[in-house]
Amino acid sequence: MRSNGQGLTIAVPRGALFKDTLDRLDAIGIDTSELRFNDRKLLFADIGVVTMRPSDVPTYVEAGAADVGITGKDVLIEQPERDVYELLDLRYGSCRMIFATIDGPDPSAEALRRLGVMRVATKYYKTAGAYFEQTGRQAEIVEVKGSVELAPLTGLVEAIVDLTATGTTLKENNLVIREELFTSTARLIANPVSHKLKAEAIDELLEKLRAT
Amino acid sequence: MVAPTRTDAQVKPLDWQALMRPQIHPIPSGTRDVLPDEMRELREISEAVRGIFELDGYGEMWTPTLEYEAVLARAGGVPPAYRVFDDHGEVLALRTDMTVPIARVVATRYATADPPLRFCYFAHAYRGVRPHRGQMREFLQAGIELVGAPAPDGTAEALTVLCRALDAVGLRGYRIGLGDASLYPTLLRSMDVAERAGEQLMDALGARDFVTLEAEIGRLGLDDADAELLLRVPQRRGGPDTITGSSEQLFADAVAGLRGVYELLAPEVAERVIFDLGLVRELGYYTGAVFEVYDPALGAPLGGGGRYDELLGRFGRPLSAVGFALGIDRLHIALTGEEREVAAAIGPLSDVHVQEPVVDT
Repeated sequence: MRSNGQGLTIAVPRGALFKDTLDRLDAIGIDTSELRFNDRKLLFADIGVVTMRPSDVPTYVEAGAADVGITGKDVLIEQPERDVYELLDLRYGSCRMIFATIDGPDPSAEALRRLGVMRVATKYYKTAGAYFEQTGRQAEIVEVKGSVELAPLTGLVEAIVDLTATGTTLKENNLVIREELFTSTARLIANPVSHKLKAEAIDELLEKLRAT
Repeated sequence: MVAPTRTDAQVKPLDWQALMRPQIHPIPSGTRDVLPDEMRELREISEAVRGIFELDGYGEMWTPTLEYEAVLARAGGVPPAYRVFDDHGEVLALRTDMTVPIARVVATRYATADPPLRFCYFAHAYRGVRPHRGQMREFLQAGIELVGAPAPDGTAEALTVLCRALDAVGLRGYRIGLGDASLYPTLLRSMDVAERAGEQLMDALGARDFVTLEAEIGRLGLDDADAELLLRVPQRRGGPDTITGSSEQLFADAVAGLRGVYELLAPEVAERVIFDLGLVRELGYYTGAVFEVYDPALGAPLGGGGRYDELLGRFGRPLSAVGFALGIDRLHIALTGEEREVAAAIGPLSDVHVQEPVVDT
């Protein structure tokens, strides 16, 4: 799987970043037409591409199973222990990590005031935990795997920390953004050993991506 | 190295009933048992390394696994992850490397000995890392310390011993990434970057986050040439032209140390070197040249080291020093990886035709 012109294995995220990523790869001369038409295949050996969910990209890149990868800054913040190089802000896939509650009087503030602790549902366990620690608030982080918006509606929690691009889902579920943690965009990351041993190929890819 | 085919247990069909018993004797996170098949291979690697260390005049040393926490703290290395109280209420800690204990030994047991001093070790160290393959919380290191041999000669000797040891292990594809811990701080000082801002740049560099590095550099208000230098230098890596390819005086001064080392290296060592001007080692006590060992068969360094010319002084014997440590587990993983690649290049075993023995009747 070493014939994308650079001899690199590239980890490509499926999901929200998928289409923009393919457009950028097309723009730098990697033919991604097969990826677009085959959504079951995972490994595209002849262009050196493997596809996976965005949160798995740092895992593959850290271990060297992929030389470079593209994933969201939100994923990198949630997995701070991953030993990878962050080489480039690709500037697409922009979305915000937000703290939200049900519209009206802030139920999280009331929980903090009267009970001392608020309950917060999220898929980003470490990000949320670190944020409330830094801002001096006690929070019980409830980790959920699926639709986070459901949790405050059922009374499971008072608030959520989640990623939003347009805010439409929040609005439809009567949730309002109270705080913004950070803005996330797609990043190019690299394995530390590949970064040395395949320096030329990685720099060439980096410069091409920077130029598009 | 030939993989041993001996096995200690006879192959029996799996007894699922027996396997389903509750696990009632766990071992601590980040530790593991090593059984004879693996142990033979690990021993073969460490004996190969030990042979080179001894041949090159490095005497093996043992120090206590437990040290007083206050003694380890003098060095400013990795903070210990495991602490206990002894029977007098003193805080003891499991060592996080062997460099600090050997610095202590040099300052106490070799307080008046004439340098240079050469020591080697094969010892376990302990760190509070996220355990994964090749990085356990208890891990075996093989390394040397060369005390009282200043740069560039001492550094060149350490790199030579390193390559000889890796060759003896049987690794073929390895490279040595060579950088300088003082390079970026020197550049920052010569550009009069404020200390606080400089720390932020070093943090971004240490986190290998070039996106943040670029943003922070942009905030410094430097002229374009200086900003470009600060951004480009840590991304520069490759052959000898990495340190000669710029005529800028600031840069030439900053890499003078590396050039001095490179000129002393024999061709078989020099050809292994990749210059890496952004190389930052995790430990805080490095002062000059730093290096890491890479192999295409593993996604993480096999080991590394560098100069720590101020460490010995903290224990009362101000001598320059250089050393390195190799992770025996990582050498083993890389070696098996290289063997697999060779096997894959030769082709599957089924293609090999074995002549049936002719039985005379």
